Amino acid sequence: MSYWFRNDNRLPQARLAIASYIIVGMVGLLMLGFWKLQVIDSDKYTQMAERNRVRSIPIIAPRGRMLDRDGRVLVDNFPSFSVLLLRGDPALVGYDLPFLADGIGVSLANLRDQLDNTKNLPKFQPIVIKPQATDADVAFIESHRADVPLLEMLMVHRRRYLPGGFMSHASGYVGEVSEQQIEASNSRLRPGDFAGKSGLERQYNDILTGTDGMRRVIVNSVGKEVGHLKEQDPIPGKQIKLTIDYDLQQVAEQSMNGRKGSIVALDPRNGEVLAMVSRPAPDPNDFAIRVSKEEWQRLNDDGNHPLLNRAIQAQLAPGSVFKIIMATAMLEAKTPPETFTAYCPGYAVFYGRQFKCHVYGKTAGHGIVDLHKAIVQSCDVFFYNVGQRLGIDRIAYYATKMGLGHKTGIDLPSEENGLVPSEEWVQRVFHRKWYPGETISVAVGQGAVTTTPLQLARMIGGVASGGVFQQPHLLKDAQNMTEEKFQISEPTIEKVTQGMYGVVNEGGTAAGARLQGIEFCGKSGSAQVIGYNTRDRVGRQKKFKDNAWFVGYAPRRDPEIVVSVLIEEGEHGGAVAGPLARDIIKTYYDKKAKKTQGQYTVEYKRYDFGNRPAPAAAGQSAAVLKPEEKEAAAVAPARTTAARER
Amino acid sequence: MKDAPGTRDYDWWLLAILAAICALGVIEIYSATHGSNLAGMHMKQIRWLVAGFVLMFVLSRVDYHLILDQAPILYLIGVAALVAVLLLGQRRFGAQRWIPILGQYLQVSELVKLVIIIVLARFFADVRTDELSLRDLIKAGLLVGLPLILILKQPDLGTALVLVPLLVVGAYLAGLQWQHAAAISIVGVLLIGSIFYPPVSRHILKPYQRERITSFLHPEEDAKGSGYQLLQSKIAVGSGGFWGKGFGNGSQNQLGYIPVRYSDFIMSAWAEEQGFKGVLLALGLYMAMLLRLVQNAQRAKDRAGMFLVMGVAAALGFHVLVNVAMVIGAMPVTGIPLPLMSYGGSATLFVFLAIGLVMNVRLRRFVN
Repeated sequence: MSYWFRNDNRLPQARLAIASYIIVGMVGLLMLGFWKLQVIDSDKYTQMAERNRVRSIPIIAPRGRMLDRDGRVLVDNFPSFSVLLLRGDPALVGYDLPFLADGIGVSLANLRDQLDNTKNLPKFQPIVIKPQATDADVAFIESHRADVPLLEMLMVHRRRYLPGGFMSHASGYVGEVSEQQIEASNSRLRPGDFAGKSGLERQYNDILTGTDGMRRVIVNSVGKEVGHLKEQDPIPGKQIKLTIDYDLQQVAEQSMNGRKGSIVALDPRNGEVLAMVSRPAPDPNDFAIRVSKEEWQRLNDDGNHPLLNRAIQAQLAPGSVFKIIMATAMLEAKTPPETFTAYCPGYAVFYGRQFKCHVYGKTAGHGIVDLHKAIVQSCDVFFYNVGQRLGIDRIAYYATKMGLGHKTGIDLPSEENGLVPSEEWVQRVFHRKWYPGETISVAVGQGAVTTTPLQLARMIGGVASGGVFQQPHLLKDAQNMTEEKFQISEPTIEKVTQGMYGVVNEGGTAAGARLQGIEFCGKSGSAQVIGYNTRDRVGRQKKFKDNAWFVGYAPRRDPEIVVSVLIEEGEHGGAVAGPLARDIIKTYYDKKAKKTQGQYTVEYKRYDFGNRPAPAAAGQSAAVLKPEEKEAAAVAPARTTAARER
Repeated sequence: MKDAPGTRDYDWWLLAILAAICALGVIEIYSATHGSNLAGMHMKQIRWLVAGFVLMFVLSRVDYHLILDQAPILYLIGVAALVAVLLLGQRRFGAQRWIPILGQYLQVSELVKLVIIIVLARFFADVRTDELSLRDLIKAGLLVGLPLILILKQPDLGTALVLVPLLVVGAYLAGLQWQHAAAISIVGVLLIGSIFYPPVSRHILKPYQRERITSFLHPEEDAKGSGYQLLQSKIAVGSGGFWGKGFGNGSQNQLGYIPVRYSDFIMSAWAEEQGFKGVLLALGLYMAMLLRLVQNAQRAKDRAGMFLVMGVAAALGFHVLVNVAMVIGAMPVTGIPLPLMSYGGSATLFVFLAIGLVMNVRLRRFVN
């Protein structure tokens, strides 16, 4: 035995026992650590593991198309590629950024900005760094997939609108969602997503927007794809069918012929909008990718206000079209009695001020005028007298009941109210009393009263329909549409519609717009441009031409179509605006007559009202209509049109 | 010397526990590597296990008193080998730890651990008082300090650290006085504190060691470094949940998110695929192993045997503690493998040789 071996071999048993306890305690602590990770926080780490493992590339759902009432495509999509940057690995992104910027032709500063702007979003969410990839970009991405695994291509669907601003105010346009929208959307929206910004695109955004799908691939720790998970298919947005009739819209668009103004065609029986034009119009295809700040500024600053949808946002004096309200009010209120006549020497004096009739200085006046003649000849003096007797509050009552001064409820955003002045209104807004002289102006649709083209179409249509004012709408199967009923007695309707028949057919102010075999009626208006409110703002020195109005409809009673035409600075309602309404109504009847025979074409061309737009424009429209699938058959009529025009 | 131990006297319970741990290790090494270019690693590990078992058996047959007799020579050989490694050793993975023996690369420091266990057992068994004098304590400290500094030089912080608990446990069992314990604790706290205090640690630690410590304290600042490793390990463990994702199904493991998933982080791969239930099994086995070692120490024939067994227990316990705590993110990355589960030749041989010492002591408990 070794020399060092000692005899006393008592072992420190107590200390060994303590060692056992320490071991148990130590293992217990480790188990607690695992319990925390694997049981308490397990969900959190499971998510993190999924994020490690799965790379998600969205599959963009195409937006729903817009069809006209016959199923022809008005707004469509086309495929395009966006360049996505995967930001999962910030170090790698920082290192490779100059190379990427060079490869896809985006400036480094721009890329840095984009990264900065999105740095609050989760890192696993890729961002769009170039909205429309060129073939060279695609080649670059494909060839550098292995060495720079940071770029992905994302198939997106861009919006295609008919060219030349066709129906562009009604359709609206889409644009990239803003940061605020993204934050408000509860991460449903991502940067680079599109949403409706105006018009129907905005109104029915929820219907049109689909649900994006997800392509999910498994990646290993160095970012290599090693497998696929089940794809989540995108759910395309629903297409919407509009009440718009492509043929009527086409006629309306072309007949504007570069002039400022608006045309609205309604079916007064149900409120369906058959055509809606506002000119000048921007081409929303220009916004389909990204609208530059400069372009946007230019559109906003343009004195012609191309972004304004005049059909629902132009609040202008209705001029003599307002006389229909006056006539109805006079007959309903029996003030003055229906047999009332006035003598028109071309002017009249009220409250010490001379009010001119529109024939002042051209003829010796209308002579003795009764209601019928007053409507047909649009005699101002007659209605001055009626207005004086009715008083402003009764005028306001009838105007309001017939749909003026408040929104029509059309399914478009940003509709304007127009204005029906009253004693209460001046008191509230200007804190003064109503001047009786103002009533005289209002009686002929001047002064403070303003309306939109849509309101006038609805008003005339409602009166001719016996006091049923339908809520206008653009969606074919719109739900919960209301009608406003305002009881107008049968004799009143008869007399007023007879008057409007006379305007066109009895040598009235729109005699030139007569149509053979069709009970085309209407009321013209030529209104001073400077409204009550804007007079002071704009100043009096500038000379403005009158706005030309015509609201026409057919047939005389219970009309099927009513068309409201506004030509800004067109001067003569009957002569300038009237033919436009006539052409649309003619087209409507042509179509109706031939549709049964199955060979309808638009033949508005034979009416001569000035310069035609170049046929090429129509050809283009049809060509864009042509492309897609099912509707090909339905498109045929439009193409025929184009062919004829060539 | 009456020395006729029979096979009956081996600690079969301990062997069974070790065999179970080895099995878990082989299973998880297979799962972690079968689909990669490291496939077949589990077979290599099995060969190491067999070799280790044989060595354990051989070592158990030589009376440990004879081994303890040679402690001074072993110590000198160990120190010389460490110096040789520093001078001639193979540089692999950025550290100088390996020397070629019989066609295999061996980590000398693993064998030095064994030598230190023997040397300390011899030293503490020699202490004839019930209380450890300061003089003896300092002597023991110097004995451990020299190889510790040599190992740190390689650099191999992990293995160097393992020497510390050997000293601590030995001193404790030899009757460490509380005043000394307090003093050492204070010095220890200051030392560890200075490691975490950058202006000081700059002079003591290698850059990568400092980085590991910083990234342990602030994992989010270092997405791809060792903070990333710890985070990925925690994700693997946490996502395993209670029941685990199943054999071969751990995404963190299979897709390579767990760093060195077959070796230092094998517990993280195991925890991901087998869940908390699997962790209970593994930790339960380790606890059983350690308690069994303590029991063997309690039944040792003499103090020398007890110190040998407790040295082994201290080394293995420290390995388990530091490795598993690292896997759950409670300690920085130190490069200490999990005994018998982590893949590795030298480490496996060390464990079996250490167990060989334990068996040796056990076989001779009734003799004399």
